[in-house]
Amino acid sequence: MSAFEFAAPTRLGPALDLLSSCAESGRRTQILAGGTDVIVQMRTSDREPRLLLDVKRLPETRQLSIGSEDIFVGAAIPSAELNENPRLASLLPGLMESADLIGSTQIQGRASIGGNLCNASPAGDTIPALIANSAQCEIAGARGTRQVAAADFVVGVGKSCLKRDELLLGFRVKRPSKGFGDAYLRFIPRTEMDIAVAGVAVSMELDEAGVCRDSRIAIGAVAERCLLVRRAGERLIGTSVEDSDLGKAGAECSASARPISDKRGTAEYRRKIIAVLCRRAGRIAHGRALASLEGAEI
Amino acid sequence: MSRLHVTTSVNGVAHEVLCDPGQTLLELLRDELGLIGTKEGCGTGDCGACTVTLDDRLVCSCLVLAPEAEGRRIGTIEGVAGPEGLHVVQRKFLELAALQCGVCTPGLIVAAKSLLERIPDPDESTIRYWLAGNLCRCTGYDKVVRAVQAAALEMNPSEDRVFCQASTRSQEPRQ
Ligand SMILES: Cc1cc2nc3c(=O)[nH]c(=O)nc-3n(C[C@H](O)[C@H](O)[C@H](O)COP(=O)(O)OP(=O)(O)OC[C@H]3O[C@@H](n4cnc5c(N)ncnc54)[C@H](O)[C@@H]3O)c2cc1C
Ligand code: FES
Ligand code: FES
Repeated sequence: MSAFEFAAPTRLGPALDLLSSCAESGRRTQILAGGTDVIVQMRTSDREPRLLLDVKRLPETRQLSIGSEDIFVGAAIPSAELNENPRLASLLPGLMESADLIGSTQIQGRASIGGNLCNASPAGDTIPALIANSAQCEIAGARGTRQVAAADFVVGVGKSCLKRDELLLGFRVKRPSKGFGDAYLRFIPRTEMDIAVAGVAVSMELDEAGVCRDSRIAIGAVAERCLLVRRAGERLIGTSVEDSDLGKAGAECSASARPISDKRGTAEYRRKIIAVLCRRAGRIAHGRALASLEGAEI
Repeated sequence: MSRLHVTTSVNGVAHEVLCDPGQTLLELLRDELGLIGTKEGCGTGDCGACTVTLDDRLVCSCLVLAPEAEGRRIGTIEGVAGPEGLHVVQRKFLELAALQCGVCTPGLIVAAKSLLERIPDPDESTIRYWLAGNLCRCTGYDKVVRAVQAAALEMNPSEDRVFCQASTRSQEPRQ
């Protein structure tokens, strides 16, 4: 017999109270969003009874707002719902394509970006895209809310910076302006339903003359957590993003990778393809940035 | 350990049930409500045999907890046929022999119906991607794809669609 417990508060205050009281009493709690990691864990690797705190009924985690300055994406919105929003998909195509890669249609009906980040897998597909887009994670706790950059949110395999009495409300991203483009590419041995062997997200901003004035590149599945490769983005800044510039950015990705060898690929292979993926994702992001320069106001 | 009281609508019928907090929606449907059309293959989100709709969105019922169904609308294979008989997707699966052992079929039909409700004229690759989470060990998928195309054609006939030709061709005898 299971001795799990379940709560689905509809207001943030009671949800945080419950988390604090559990943290104090030592009662084990786990936050539940789409459950596509949590319920698999409950059935396989971690059957220990615990209180499951469903955060999907909190308005904050389901909120999506596209403002003139920034965009807020609630942590628990399923990826299928996000990808049905054409404005979001045109503003942040790379972030949305990373969410669209998670699992099957059925998995996307549940899987959230918040869950993907909090699960803190080295291969979580949305994490590089969040990092490349300088997403700020909005965290609520008993002592108020705080913001943490996506690049600092995950601290190790399966470990996030969240304290036991905190939960993630969502992400804030600066609203992209004219000349912006982002992209995410991963390599998997199949065409669907697999875990990344390596993944790269690139974001960039071009000025009116087509010169890159900002770029951020993040890599996944090639270290114990997804990493921002600052030097890779810097290789593109000030250039018109020629193949040779993307090649240099790719080399920086390889240099920053510290992959392991497993059944999906050797460390050597991962280090090599991360550079290829960087070049290709960079080319896609660049194409989108050019289209945005030429196109109507987004 | 306390059981939770859950009020939910399954195929348009309101149900009140007691469930364990750690129980899945799949277990609730099969073991508490006796709706055994929904199958369990893997229990971990990989095979799609347990596919249902939750507020009209496709999900794996093995990856939904029973108490999450509170106040929600569930759609299962038992709700696909109407009073006037089988749904066109079901009929095409039979006519075009898109099933063998049948374990994957309820999930495939629920998923295919949901696809055609959203995208009335999907091309082959859209169908294959949409159904990528429904594994079938028997058919090799080809007949499944043909059945979905044939259902789409019957649901909204149109003469100038590219895949119409493909699906007419595929309905010719294959021996
Ligand atoms: C068949 C299958 C295929 C998959 N394919 C992919 C894939 O291709 N790429 C990929 O990256 N992942 C994949 N996954 C893993 C999983 O679907 C994703 O990680 C998904 O984004 C998790 O989101 P969720 O909403 O289901 O999270 P949940 O399972 O609900 O939660 C995941 C973790 O985050 C914590 N959490 C969730 N929300 C919050 C919050 N708001 N505040 C604090 N903590 C929170 C939970 O406590 C838990 O530890 C797959 C899973 C399955 C079953
Ligand atoms: S039983 Fe649910 S996906 Fe296999
Ligand atoms: S018909 Fe046997 S698994 Fe699909």
